[in-house]
Amino acid sequence: MFRNQYDTDVTTWSPAGRLFQVEYAMEAVKQGSAAIGLRSKTHVVLACVNKSTSELSSHQKKIFKVDDHIGVAIAGLTADGRVLSRYLRNECINYSYTYESPLPIGRLVVQLADKAQVCTQRSWKRPYGVGLLVGGLDESGAHLYYNCPSGNYFEYEAFAIGSRSQAAKTYLERKFETFKDSSRDNLIKDALFALRETLQGEKLTSSVCTIAVVGVGEAFQILNQETVQGLINEFEIVGEEPPPADEAAPPEQGSGAESGSSAAEQGAAPMDI
Amino acid sequence: MTKQHANWSPYDINGGTVVAIAGADYCVIAADTRMSTGYSILTRDYSKIIQLADKSVMASSGFQADVRALQKVLEARHLIYQHQHNKQMSCPAMAQLLSNTLYFKRFFPYYAFNVLGGLDSEGKGCVFTYDAVGSYERVGYSSQGSGSTLITPYLDNQLKSPSPLLLPAKDAVTPLSESEAIDLVKTCFVSATERDIYTGDKLEIVILNASGKRRDYMELRKD
Repeated sequence: MFRNQYDTDVTTWSPAGRLFQVEYAMEAVKQGSAAIGLRSKTHVVLACVNKSTSELSSHQKKIFKVDDHIGVAIAGLTADGRVLSRYLRNECINYSYTYESPLPIGRLVVQLADKAQVCTQRSWKRPYGVGLLVGGLDESGAHLYYNCPSGNYFEYEAFAIGSRSQAAKTYLERKFETFKDSSRDNLIKDALFALRETLQGEKLTSSVCTIAVVGVGEAFQILNQETVQGLINEFEIVGEEPPPADEAAPPEQGSGAESGSSAAEQGAAPMDI
Repeated sequence: MTKQHANWSPYDINGGTVVAIAGADYCVIAADTRMSTGYSILTRDYSKIIQLADKSVMASSGFQADVRALQKVLEARHLIYQHQHNKQMSCPAMAQLLSNTLYFKRFFPYYAFNVLGGLDSEGKGCVFTYDAVGSYERVGYSSQGSGSTLITPYLDNQLKSPSPLLLPAKDAVTPLSESEAIDLVKTCFVSATERDIYTGDKLEIVILNASGKRRDYMELRKD
């Protein structure tokens, strides 16, 4: 009711004890295209939807390598995300230089959160309009964190941010208990399924998404398009029963399957909602 | 009134020798593993060689604390480069970076005598040789450190192209094969070990070629 009286700058409280500018910044995150993260004991998978403004332009980069053992996926103002990624990279490089060992992700997210908090308490600044899913390793294994514009951060088993992320969250909430002991490949498959939920019927192909993995013994890397398309094809086929001992059939089945429409086939894909 | 002088020096000399030879499609970088101070040996097993990028390997003699500090700076700078350019630094690019880094401390130098070896963007071997403040040049072969005065004349004899002993020498990449170059390097160090007290113990050889990186060791005299 009183929003527009107390929302002019970030250093003004509302009578209800809210900082509207910070909340508006969180709104910017919700408007960005979806980003998803999930983790097992040993791996973290980050996935995001790559929507470009027109067919002529390139996709915005939404997943960044921060160090060999840490990566981030962003949603919201991608420019803010790029700048924060540069900060995260710098912190990791400086820590490695001083201590000759990798910066534990738990420390990094606190530093990031503190940096975001500063912008909520200066009249000449504005909050960062980006949410970051930070995935990485420390001595106790794999971790996934979510950093908000407010300066808060939380650890998650799995999370989704950005537009239509609720659909992905519903899927993740159903399945997250299996993630802890999941294999790397199953974790990636679950990320792809969750990602598909946010597309609401649109076909999932490797050209609209980006997947990245980091794990114990595996440095952070963004998977290339062919690998991703191969994995997409693989799980689409899973919904159909392969013909008996016929090697040639799978490619034909792959081209015949449309996303999510395999309910008619036998051995229904468990992902249909 | 004579000028006051410090009663300590920020530098120490840890000795040792480094050599690099560039071939048509390979590069050999070698260094002994002895670390000394004064007339004592600190350790017989210290590596002076570091891989900075896929195709760049640096070997440095001089003051090893400064060498290590220099290595760390270059490693950090390479990480930044990779984040910005999404690729590894080429050897010539690393060579320029090393020169700039050294000159940055022109008035309190890194006491490091460096040799940078690797493969250029065409896959040919390249060697860059430096002084302590960053003056550098691409050459076909080079030696730095306490044994360099013993090794360089021998390499000149073996590798410098015959007629340009008269003209400004064009010591381009050697026509030697990889195994011939390795044998040459071993010979250099065995000879240097005989007469230079700071060179010996063990020889570490790194070979860079199209298939990647290889490391070899050879025992040297320990006296």
